[in-house]
Amino acid sequence: MSRKVDETAVVAGADSTTERSITVTVNGERFERTVSVRKSLVDFVREDLRLTGSHVGCEHGVCGACTVLVDDEPVRACLMLAVQANGKVLMTVEGIAGEDDELHPVQQAFWENHGLQCGFCTPGILLTTYDFLQEKKNPTSGEIREALSGNVCRCTGYQNIVRSVQAADQEWER
Amino acid sequence: MKPAPYDYYDPTTVQEAIGLLNEFGDEAKLLAGGQSLVPMLNFRLARPSQLVDINNVTELDYVRRDDGVLVIGALTRHRSLEQSELADGAWALLPEALHNVGHVHIRNRGTVGGSLAHADPAAELPAAVSALGGRMVLRGKDGEREVTADTFFEGFFTTALAPNEILTEIRIPAWPARSGSAFLEVSRRHGDFAQVAVAAAIALGDDGRVIQGGLAVAGVGGEPVRASAVIDGLVGEQPTSQLIGELTEEFVAELTPPSDLHGSADYRRQLARHLVPRALDESVRRALA
Repeated sequence: MSRKVDETAVVAGADSTTERSITVTVNGERFERTVSVRKSLVDFVREDLRLTGSHVGCEHGVCGACTVLVDDEPVRACLMLAVQANGKVLMTVEGIAGEDDELHPVQQAFWENHGLQCGFCTPGILLTTYDFLQEKKNPTSGEIREALSGNVCRCTGYQNIVRSVQAADQEWER
Repeated sequence: MKPAPYDYYDPTTVQEAIGLLNEFGDEAKLLAGGQSLVPMLNFRLARPSQLVDINNVTELDYVRRDDGVLVIGALTRHRSLEQSELADGAWALLPEALHNVGHVHIRNRGTVGGSLAHADPAAELPAAVSALGGRMVLRGKDGEREVTADTFFEGFFTTALAPNEILTEIRIPAWPARSGSAFLEVSRRHGDFAQVAVAAAIALGDDGRVIQGGLAVAGVGGEPVRASAVIDGLVGEQPTSQLIGELTEEFVAELTPPSDLHGSADYRRQLARHLVPRALDESVRRALA
């Protein structure tokens, strides 16, 4: 545990009560950065790692646009501090597709079924879907709607999103 | 940066955390799952000088059965308790209530102790713990004390926790073999806070009479409202629909729910009038099953 130190003495990599150096693995790549203890995980991912696929919507845990996987579980990245991700393994929307830039079956299904319009909520919905379908096969539309109830979309009316998840369930070999 | 400036500490033991709280007093705030506190920090509604993050206090993350009592560490995530195989019988009220808490993203981070210490009057977990007769263990520098839900929940976002105390454990007592429970909620959307939620647990004797019960209602007061008179009226009796109906009417007549943009007092009273009998009937049905 670090205790209060003279802030003028803080240098990159040193820990204080206002700055910390953290190590995270994001989409298979390891990063070491010094961050403010006030910085949210989603701001860290976007601003420090330049992974801007994770979107910042409401910033208080309601909309789900910032959803990322932390140690394989979907969480609100606006409600986690970057310092809390120290030592964790993250996956953002940039990590879903394969190395060869081919879309993941979940992404392909959203593409083919018009599961997005403006696309702002889509990264969060893709990650929620990715996690949901890993645990669930052949979900009912009710189960899909419940799984996605924490992700708000203001364009689509959800019909095509549900259809996309159903298609992804069929296409994704897992 | 969304939150106002604070100094950040991340102790790894309860002892260290208590030491920090003692040092800082009520300027400090404990951070557990962060699903309520971080929004308040982001809005700057909460501006603690020190943030004591207890997510690395892993000694508080456990669910176990101990001498017939369900013992839950305060840092246990909602999702862990929701999926715990130990939560059966009347204890199944806990996973059933948790299913209504936010969404899977929220439950992956939110903690049992955090929900209780936050004491939102419309939250599910305080009502469920209260109905089951749960007790809270509060630890400070001078030791531990164990309090009932009635003592713990003092009102709107207010608990018996002193600024230098930590809620470390929740103890849910054993229930008789023929027990059942039910959690019913009405909210605007699934995952929202309850407009009204009812947590009920009933234990039956061999002759089908009620031998024990618990009933708590969220969303109708500053804290989970315990319907002790309803349970007292049921104990020793056959839980008929007529008796449950009469006792519910008496209980509802005494309620003084808040009116706000989520529902008027009359509407909430009406919800309680419908949900209480349904939750009790379902508890009885499950006790018999």
